[in-house]
Amino acid sequence: MTDHQMQTVVGRLLQAGVLLSAAVVIAGGAWMLASSGSSQPEYKVFRAEPAELRSARKLVAALTHPRPEIVVQFGLILLIATPVARVAFTMVAFAFAGDRMYVAITCIVLVVLAYSLAIPHGG
Amino acid sequence: MERLAFSGVVYGISAVAGFLGALTGLGGGVVVTPVLTVLLGVDLHYAIGATLVSVIATSSGSAAAYVREGYSNIRAGMFLEIATTLGAVAGAHLTTVLPGSVLAVIFGAVLLYSAWHSLRQPKQTIQTGEDPLARRLQLSGSYPGPHGPIAYGVSRVKAGFSLMFGAGLLSGLLGIGSGAMKVIAMDQIMRIPFKVSTTTSNFMIGVTAAASAGVYLSRGYIDPGLAMPVMLGVLSGSMLGARQLMEAKTRVLRLVFGAVVGALAVEMIYSGLSGGIQ
Repeated sequence: MTDHQMQTVVGRLLQAGVLLSAAVVIAGGAWMLASSGSSQPEYKVFRAEPAELRSARKLVAALTHPRPEIVVQFGLILLIATPVARVAFTMVAFAFAGDRMYVAITCIVLVVLAYSLAIPHGG
Repeated sequence: MERLAFSGVVYGISAVAGFLGALTGLGGGVVVTPVLTVLLGVDLHYAIGATLVSVIATSSGSAAAYVREGYSNIRAGMFLEIATTLGAVAGAHLTTVLPGSVLAVIFGAVLLYSAWHSLRQPKQTIQTGEDPLARRLQLSGSYPGPHGPIAYGVSRVKAGFSLMFGAGLLSGLLGIGSGAMKVIAMDQIMRIPFKVSTTTSNFMIGVTAAASAGVYLSRGYIDPGLAMPVMLGVLSGSMLGARQLMEAKTRVLRLVFGAVVGALAVEMIYSGLSGGIQ
């Protein structure tokens, strides 16, 4: 696979990820506005989100009993996962091309992303 | 304000910001945070959380269009992402330590700088020699020109890498893409052609933002009710803006948008200093 072919696949992958997550966010958002459109949102003072909205694992578990904010947050998690999938795909492509140095470089980026996304950071 | 009206207002503001951000190349996210905090009184942490998510959407959403043109340098992007992701994680952790007033002042200063930067005309210089480190990392590339591919070399890799750490730090600290600083690192420092720098930067923004998003999510900065209209607004506005890009008279737009961003920057700094944002 040439670099340009690889980038074309990567570009499509990113676009698909964004469209999928936007669809989920729109569905959850419509549900949110239909069920609590007349409530008063409060964003003036910062109170951290509840635990199930703060971790991808708890959020996916909460999907068995979905609520509007769970669905929207799930769409946002899909969106955050899109560039991560891009990095993972690029690593596989470099591995197929036998480019060990770039497999290592891509792997470092993945480790940093995993540190941020897979480990709880308090709060 | 009721949620329905609030969501509508936030969606509208975000769509306009996304549209103008795509036309001027400044990015829409950078304007949303000051509008949310200064005009709507939203807490800075919620604002940067929602904006960061929209930054991932615009970066990833436009990638396919840029890829078709064959300009971006995937190796340089991936190598420099080591610096931007590390910087982003550090920056995201710093948001939990620094008071909101300090963040607001830094945000204002970055806004002022990017408004000024967007008004400058890029000058193209093609570099053919290269740094030994760039050769080891196979960073040189070529891009499609009017008479076939134009080859370019890459210089000052270490300096560019360091500046990329700074770009990542600001991205994580303020929930922005920091595209301007990424372009400066590639175009001014590493001598990568401007067009290649901007498209590669666009690619890198999503990965950089994902690196701070994990920290933001677990600190509870990402609120679905606020992030929903911001993300959908910025995304639809920027998709529309990218389509208009060819015909628009960007010079006038840049001036107008630059002035708006400059005014928001001053307001943001004032709010930080006067205690309006804490």
